[in-house]
Amino acid sequence: MEGSSSEEGEDVNWTFYRDREEWADLKPVPQDDGPHPVVAIAYSEKFRDVFDYFRGVLKVHELSERALDLTRDAVELNPGNYTVWQYRRQILKHLDKDLKEEMAFVAEMISAFPKNYQVWHHRQVLVSWLNDASDELQLTAKMLALDAKNYHAWQHRQWAIRTFNLFQNELEFIEKLLNDDIRNNSAWNQRYFVINQTTEFAPEVIEKEIAYVLSKIKIATKNESSWNYLRGIVLHSESGLRKPSVIDFCDELYNSGNRSACLLSYLVDAALEQAEYGVVKENSLLSIDKALELCDNLANEFDVCRRGYWNYISGCLRVHMN
Amino acid sequence: MANLVKDVTINDSHPKTLLLKRHVEYIAAYGNNKEDFEYCMTEYLRMSGMYWGLTAMELMGHLHYMDKAQVIEFISQCIDSSGGISSSIGHDPHLLYTLSAVQILCLLDAVSVLPVDKVTEYVASLQKPDGSFTGDKWGEVDTRFSFCAVACLSLLGRLDAIDVDKAVEFVVSCHNFDGGFGSQPGSESHAGLIYCCVGLLSITGRLHLIDGDLLGWWLSERQLPSGGLNGRPEKLPDVCYSWWVLASLAMLGRLHWVHKQSLERFVLACQDTELGGFSDRPGDIPDPFHTLFGLAALSLLGNGELGKVNPTYCMPQHVIDRLKLRPQVLSV
Repeated sequence: MEGSSSEEGEDVNWTFYRDREEWADLKPVPQDDGPHPVVAIAYSEKFRDVFDYFRGVLKVHELSERALDLTRDAVELNPGNYTVWQYRRQILKHLDKDLKEEMAFVAEMISAFPKNYQVWHHRQVLVSWLNDASDELQLTAKMLALDAKNYHAWQHRQWAIRTFNLFQNELEFIEKLLNDDIRNNSAWNQRYFVINQTTEFAPEVIEKEIAYVLSKIKIATKNESSWNYLRGIVLHSESGLRKPSVIDFCDELYNSGNRSACLLSYLVDAALEQAEYGVVKENSLLSIDKALELCDNLANEFDVCRRGYWNYISGCLRVHMN
Repeated sequence: MANLVKDVTINDSHPKTLLLKRHVEYIAAYGNNKEDFEYCMTEYLRMSGMYWGLTAMELMGHLHYMDKAQVIEFISQCIDSSGGISSSIGHDPHLLYTLSAVQILCLLDAVSVLPVDKVTEYVASLQKPDGSFTGDKWGEVDTRFSFCAVACLSLLGRLDAIDVDKAVEFVVSCHNFDGGFGSQPGSESHAGLIYCCVGLLSITGRLHLIDGDLLGWWLSERQLPSGGLNGRPEKLPDVCYSWWVLASLAMLGRLHWVHKQSLERFVLACQDTELGGFSDRPGDIPDPFHTLFGLAALSLLGNGELGKVNPTYCMPQHVIDRLKLRPQVLSV
């Protein structure tokens, strides 16, 4: 579950809202715990106090500076509470606050709670209001440096890039990430995203991408992500999986003794494609017999836990024998 | 380069059999312990928490332990004038909790307490011109919400209130080159979101729009040597992803593409022998969320001690049968 806060209560300088003179006029609203009888709740005094007053301002719909401060305490205690965030935005609008300040605050919150949906959504709303995404690449790069697969960060980055046309240096950024971790599936996905949205899959782009991904496969031949990317790219070429340069690469890898399940499964799928759509360039590796042998190897030796799948594919191949 | 696999190790100290009684006690006690810091921290998702707990109890045959009247009373207090339902009293309505509430009321056969027309109107109001759905009126778009909307309306028998073709079109636009689906067009494939997208296509009878072999293969690739399933390449296995992957494969008619025995062993190893409940991975702290998905995964794997679960709705099959729903399931 996302959005848990740190244990609270260590702050010796904290004054409860109930003890603050400037809040004396507001009636706090205690939590209604729903279906079970209300019992004395022993969880943090601070938490209860803040949310009692939050419910209080919500009830009288107070849109003030002090209510804004209160929502800050509330989201810091529980950033997953979407109602507090929404109310905070209402106050920001109503008071016509300096949104740059709020951007700094939400950046802090993102650092503290990088996998929380609400903090990222708040950021997106602010960027839209400001119509300025100049800090978004840097912010997301910082978060991805801490966790290269943070789905929220990637989603926000894609949104900013697409909305504000920030594609320019993105391939460079991705190459850096892939140099750090060749198995970063998010980075491979981002590569596809950028090409799909910019140059698209013109023949020369396909060639360039194939050369790039093959060079990465050579380094890690069992890397599912790069093989999937290769498949994604060759499907844009006329010869599909049977693309001669790729089959030659596989042939060489296979003959060097490599038996990566990714390599074998690529060859099996290419053989199946050949059986269905015809030969592009003769290669004995793509015969039905060879493919059946590879399925057998996969089911019994290299990828035993997916035996059910390989048996199914064998059945598909056999259909083409008749 | 070495191929180090990110995975966990399961050994003899981990449980091997289903500790049913412990889980019943765990769920029954969960809502009572309001002194718990975690309980109050999760108020913003209370409605989903109740769906996880109640569904788990029903799969274990112990729904009668729960106070149905109080649950129904709580839900009725969470219905907003817009027709949307909130996570808890005094919170804003949201599609996630609207679906949870509808699922609970279907489970309890108490949908009549809902203003069905208003709820339908609320859900329909969240559809955008491109067919996508936002989670609430403030605008976050995600394929999770597409599933929530379609699941919710189908349970209420009101799918006619939205543009189903457009909803399907949006989900298909999130289909990736590797066969999977993400949260938005271009977003990385992710098992949880694949479950949502496949689930939507199952409910709407459009599973033929996807390449079941390609997606089934990607999903079966999620199985790690420990037997557990991860949600994306190079991530650790997790009980909740085990459910999402398995349920998606079940809808695609390809459940047998994973190794069932080792997956079952992984899920059983995630039980907490002392507290009861399931955690994400062996040895971690249990919670109701992973408890439901652990039990649901075991049910799909054919565990005879548990009631049968429906893979599309993650609800007891007998409830789906009572509602006369027939979500599409492929066969190969």
